[in-house]
Amino acid sequence: MRKKVIISFLIKTIEVCKVSQTVSKKDVLHIATLARLKFDDEQAERFTNDLNNILGYIDKLNELNTDNIEPTSHALDIYTVTRPDKAEASLSNEDAIRNAPQSENGMFRVPKVIE
Amino acid sequence: MSYEPVIGLEVHVQMSTDSKIFCTCSNKFGSEPNTNVCPVCLGMPGVLPVLNEKVVEYTVKAGLALNCQIRKKSVFARKNYFYPDLPKAYQISQYELPICEHGYIDIELEDGTQKRIGITRIHIEEDAGKLNHEAGCSLVDLNRTGTPLMEIVSEPDLRSAEEAKAYLMKLKTILEYIEVSDCNMEEGSMRCDANVSIRPDSNAPFGTRAEIKNVNSFRNVERAIKYEQKRQEKVLNEGGKIVQETRLFNADTGITASMRGKEDAHDYRYFPDPDLVPIVLEDKFIDDLKEWMPELPDAKRARFMSEYGLSGMDADFLVSAKAYGQYFEQAVKAHNNPKAVCNWIMGELMRRLNDKQCTIFEAGISPENLAEIVKLIDEGKISGNIAKQVFDETAETGKNPSEIVAEKGLVQNSNEDELEAIVKQVLDANPAETERFKGGEVKLQGFFMGQIMKASKGKANPAVVAPLLKKLTS
Ligand SMILES: [Zn+2]
Repeated sequence: MRKKVIISFLIKTIEVCKVSQTVSKKDVLHIATLARLKFDDEQAERFTNDLNNILGYIDKLNELNTDNIEPTSHALDIYTVTRPDKAEASLSNEDAIRNAPQSENGMFRVPKVIE
Repeated sequence: MSYEPVIGLEVHVQMSTDSKIFCTCSNKFGSEPNTNVCPVCLGMPGVLPVLNEKVVEYTVKAGLALNCQIRKKSVFARKNYFYPDLPKAYQISQYELPICEHGYIDIELEDGTQKRIGITRIHIEEDAGKLNHEAGCSLVDLNRTGTPLMEIVSEPDLRSAEEAKAYLMKLKTILEYIEVSDCNMEEGSMRCDANVSIRPDSNAPFGTRAEIKNVNSFRNVERAIKYEQKRQEKVLNEGGKIVQETRLFNADTGITASMRGKEDAHDYRYFPDPDLVPIVLEDKFIDDLKEWMPELPDAKRARFMSEYGLSGMDADFLVSAKAYGQYFEQAVKAHNNPKAVCNWIMGELMRRLNDKQCTIFEAGISPENLAEIVKLIDEGKISGNIAKQVFDETAETGKNPSEIVAEKGLVQNSNEDELEAIVKQVLDANPAETERFKGGEVKLQGFFMGQIMKASKGKANPAVVAPLLKKLTS
């Protein structure tokens, strides 16, 4: 749990490593697939190495006794930031789809998603 | 071999707030595509979500109404996956620390007994956009992106498709009572996924489950579960194994089909959302909402039975929608005959609601006017048949029932002399039937009563006519 203190986007990596304690190249490629990233062999090696180094550092932090410390999800000491439920004007449809590479009938056109 | 199904439901409920969960775009349904969108809900880089306070309030209300423990501190998490309806490539949800946990709903089974269904958790999340599948492409409308949702997860306590439906209907009724959602399954403001597994008997461990998605009506929940149950039974009986998978229900064909290639679908890599600080609830906030809580269906049902002497079935009907109970109590206040008022609501008024496709308060007949019709019958001023006519006239014109009765001369005739003359006249006009009736052909009673009513233009008081008919034919 307390490992989550550190760098949030590494959580999955860390969880994978709970079993093996180290990141394998296979783990890196799996996470890359989930994140829609493509690495060549050399990059995958490098990330495997980098991530293992980072985890080594986190293991070092694990030496601290945090038994009586609640897991921290956020670094800031502020809570419950809300706004009133009031609707305001949105973007125009033209502006909303202005960045779309392709659009049709006011909608974003994407490659067919099979359901 | 026979099996017992084990079912848990995950219900997504859209909250009826004015604005979206993390931005100020309108939360209304049915706008032109991509017109209720802004940089936040479009997932533009560099924007910051700010939580709508009503979303917290509504979810805590639901938690309290569903007997949950409310967590003082809860945290938003990112659920990561790629799909074109989710422009950020992550959905803001809650994972380890949901806002409500450990609740329950009591449902009524068909044999009249009650069963308690556990609620594991309720968490807050944002809805995704809507995909329209066309030939060769999909078109994305992001109006729905950022609609506040609560996901209500039940324990696997349900043991039949009927129980699942009863749970869902009860859930819908409760959420309508506390006015946090329209709960319209057809419009998608309430959506249901069902986890279904089967096992040889009720002591066996749970089997491998399939998650059935895309069930969009109460009837389809029942159909989808029944189909899935049969499918799994067939697999096991043929010596096969159930695979843990997501299956899509097709309402047209009534079958569920595997969504292949979704092996990674549950690898969501949740982590706390750094853009949103934790929600910490004060005791006073929770206590105030407890204070606010209206009378819920179970309590109202018990009260209607004890206070008004109604049957369980009548009470069930009246509490099935908040407005029915309100209408009923308003009418009973005007004329204290609960059973008759309830019958009129369940009969004529519901018929009219069906015809007009409107709500109970839009049907054109106020609770006070309905009460007055019942009162006119109770005082012997109009017959039941005339009352139906008065009901229709009142509903059409909005005029007061007594006024209609006076205007149209519909007051029931209980004058023995006048009625005796009418009875004689009918007997004289039908000599053959009269002879047969006198000869003991009892079923002609209905014929004569009908003729007499017709001759009196529906105004004859049957209670006065019946003994007269008997007297004159014996
Ligand atoms: Zn927006």
